[in-house]
Amino acid sequence: MRRRAQQPGRWIPAVVGAALVGFMAVLPLLNLSLPGILPTPTYMPGTLALLSLCMVFAALALSYNLLLGSGGMLSFGHALYFGAGAYGLGIALEHFGVPLWPGVFIALVGGMVIALATGAVSMRVSGIPFAMVTLAFAQAGSVLVRRNSQITGGEEGLSLNTAQVPDFLIGVINTRNLYWFTLAVLVVVYLVTLWVDTSRLGHLARATRENEQRVRVLGLSPYRVKLIVFVIAAGLASLAGVAYMLLQSGTVPRSVSADLTITVLVMVVLGGVGFRWGAIVGGVLYTLLDQRLTVLAGSDAIAGLPDWLRVPLSEPLFLLGVLFIVVVMFLPGGIAGTIDSAVRRRRGERARGALRQLDDADDATGTPVAGAAASESVRA
Amino acid sequence: MSGEPILTVRHLRCTIAGQQVVEDVSFDVPATGITAVLGRNGVGKTSTLRGVLGLISRRGEVTLAGERIDGLPTHRIVRRGVGYVPEDREVFSKLTVAENLALAERQRSPRREFVAELFPDLVARRDQPAGTLSGGQQQMVSVARALLNDNRLLLVDEPTKGLAPKIVTEVADALQEASKTVPILLVEQNLEVVRRLADDAVVIAGGRVAHVGKADDILDDDDLTRRLLGVHVEHEDAYDALSERSESK
Amino acid sequence: MSTLVLTLITGVGLGALYFLVASGLSLIYGLMHVLNFAHGAFLTLSAFVGWMVAQALGTDSWGSFLLSLLVGAGVGAVFATLTELVLIRPLYERHIEQVLVTVGLSFAAVALFEGIWGTDPVHISGPSWLKQTTEVLGARIPNTYWVLMIAAVLVLAALVLFLQKTRYGMIIRAGVENRSMVTALGIDVRRSFTLVFAIGGAAAGIGGVLAMHYSTFVSAHLGQTLLIFAFIVTVVGGLGSLTGAAVASVVVAVLQQFANFYLGGTGDFIVVILLALVLLVRPTGLLGKRA
Repeated sequence: MRRRAQQPGRWIPAVVGAALVGFMAVLPLLNLSLPGILPTPTYMPGTLALLSLCMVFAALALSYNLLLGSGGMLSFGHALYFGAGAYGLGIALEHFGVPLWPGVFIALVGGMVIALATGAVSMRVSGIPFAMVTLAFAQAGSVLVRRNSQITGGEEGLSLNTAQVPDFLIGVINTRNLYWFTLAVLVVVYLVTLWVDTSRLGHLARATRENEQRVRVLGLSPYRVKLIVFVIAAGLASLAGVAYMLLQSGTVPRSVSADLTITVLVMVVLGGVGFRWGAIVGGVLYTLLDQRLTVLAGSDAIAGLPDWLRVPLSEPLFLLGVLFIVVVMFLPGGIAGTIDSAVRRRRGERARGALRQLDDADDATGTPVAGAAASESVRA
Repeated sequence: MSGEPILTVRHLRCTIAGQQVVEDVSFDVPATGITAVLGRNGVGKTSTLRGVLGLISRRGEVTLAGERIDGLPTHRIVRRGVGYVPEDREVFSKLTVAENLALAERQRSPRREFVAELFPDLVARRDQPAGTLSGGQQQMVSVARALLNDNRLLLVDEPTKGLAPKIVTEVADALQEASKTVPILLVEQNLEVVRRLADDAVVIAGGRVAHVGKADDILDDDDLTRRLLGVHVEHEDAYDALSERSESK
Repeated sequence: MSTLVLTLITGVGLGALYFLVASGLSLIYGLMHVLNFAHGAFLTLSAFVGWMVAQALGTDSWGSFLLSLLVGAGVGAVFATLTELVLIRPLYERHIEQVLVTVGLSFAAVALFEGIWGTDPVHISGPSWLKQTTEVLGARIPNTYWVLMIAAVLVLAALVLFLQKTRYGMIIRAGVENRSMVTALGIDVRRSFTLVFAIGGAAAGIGGVLAMHYSTFVSAHLGQTLLIFAFIVTVVGGLGSLTGAAVASVVVAVLQQFANFYLGGTGDFIVVILLALVLLVRPTGLLGKRA
């Protein structure tokens, strides 16, 4: 960790961040237009709904970045906790009949309890086997949700029981309020991830990511460190899920699926693994691209193209998948990582990207199935 | 010692998972005889060998018989005539002895008879899975693998580690026989073996070369051995053991 | 009694399908330490192409069925080989990025398949014998299960023969144990990587065509659901162990069928519990390498 005390510019990121939040907060009151990107001027609900969705996914991406970037854990089941937040709120309101804020609390706690249980089991292994186990758990969650239609609405999804929700959050007129709510959620999630990263826990998590042996030698438990980070990240994902549920007035089984986790993975990698602002950029960019590419796909320009061009171009996910592959192969740092290395190179420093560090950690443990057993030491 | 060295290493730097394990190592390996690599535990001896072979990330200049090999992938370096006997033997436990050896054969007519004479025990056990062999037998497989081909250089890493004294002698015999036709770079902690086999020696400390010279000279120098190798060599015993052995040969 | 027989035999048949998909995954992971997410895409494409071939020749005949199997294997092998050469090989030794790239490929491939063949499942049919059942000890077993079992046994036999009797097979067996030592013997492992991907792709292709007949439809998502079970089987059986994958396939599938029949359709759930149990007790899987 560089000692930032001497740098005079160290308040700049905080000032910029605050200014940005301020700008976003007043956006619904302004009449700005970005034709081609935003569907309507900024004070109208169409754009506000889109931006809210962007922020929900930015928050989810931030929580995933905490897991992958800071914690070094590649999970394919993160959506489980997002879905737990969404479904948790829905179920609490619908079946327990509680008002909104207790419902939110229940959803958050529920998500974290599930994370504690699944995380404890998953962390028996690490690296790629860990990823597979998290995938299996998410799949189980998905099946659970689909099968228990009484509770979860099954394939149709669960809609928000608006009777329990305060009026100022219901209806298209109040999209502004939902927008501000999701902005608040994003700020909270960001501050929590910032706090974790800069705290002793974050320090330990980074050390564990690089070399578990070192942490063990210090008498600390890498398992416990990782589990705490895992549960915090899951809690943040649940919070994002709650916001999603409120925003969309309902949720579907897809929100617990591995599909969604992979979508979030794409967001984080595109934005840049290990960078908080990268996660936000990735989440926003992906959501915008997904929406706009879908609109573009239906346009006349595309419809006129020969089949072999038209078919791929009308599938936004295909384009995003290809973009993802290109980024992983040629720009593994993502947007934030590439910019960061360019800046560092100008300063004369050397940086090792987060993905390369994960590779190194994977190699250093000898066999990928290191888990709780002692990893092979690096021999001289 | 005459002629060009078979291997020259200049400013070799190696890293494992981002950690520097070899700082700056430079030395030559003569084209005949056995050169020992000495040093305390953890000082970078194994990493030096692995760096020469390209098994770990490395920078610097490495030249084999006049040609640069530091930019080549491991299998190409090996195909140029480098045999490798790794620390901890690394035989394939689920493959039979015969399969382990067959895997190592690179040329049309590998030196099977030569190897069969040196290691008759292995011939008898050809269909046994290598994982069921004793440590000493596995070491034989490991050495045999390196001797099957016409190599220009052998890199041998602690071949006597963890073996009973009788087996140590057998391994040393095999290496001595091999050294008649191919130069060997030998990492070895057992100083008796070093004294018996090695002509020259390179001492590594702190990831760098601390001393180069004749093996006997270095081992006779108490101060040096204590400082760089962390051991106290008992001269009397070593000489007795040697003379016993040379008499029984 | 007949339900028991039915559950058992259909379990083994389903296990055969899992094995066809998991065998490639296990070998690829064992040798290359790459989790191939795109395996499902290989499967799906083979199924679609196999279906087009069968349609062209008339879906009722055994000849077209067998040909579609062959074509499926071929398509799977080609797709897998291209993936390895273009996407995996350039990322040599960077395992996390390799996994990510296969994730991206599966992401893009499924979207492309939806674009080409639509999002709705396509109903398929094959030789009429497949729609019938055979009676065994009072249980009526749909004949697709027999085909699955025969195919899996043949593939397993072929794989074992290949691994035990050929030089490349030997290289792969050694490489699964210790890849760096194989390179230190002067062997270029990268060729084996491509070969293992091709073999895995071919097995997945066969699995894809048969999965299509088993579920009587083909869709862009055919591979994805199967893939998750294949992952579970691979982890339970022990990463890199072919026999482990074979044993685990049968164990997992039989358990799943029993849970489905006797515990009210909780098969999927029980499988995940099994995975959790195995990981708690034996993290390296039933037959995997000891850590």
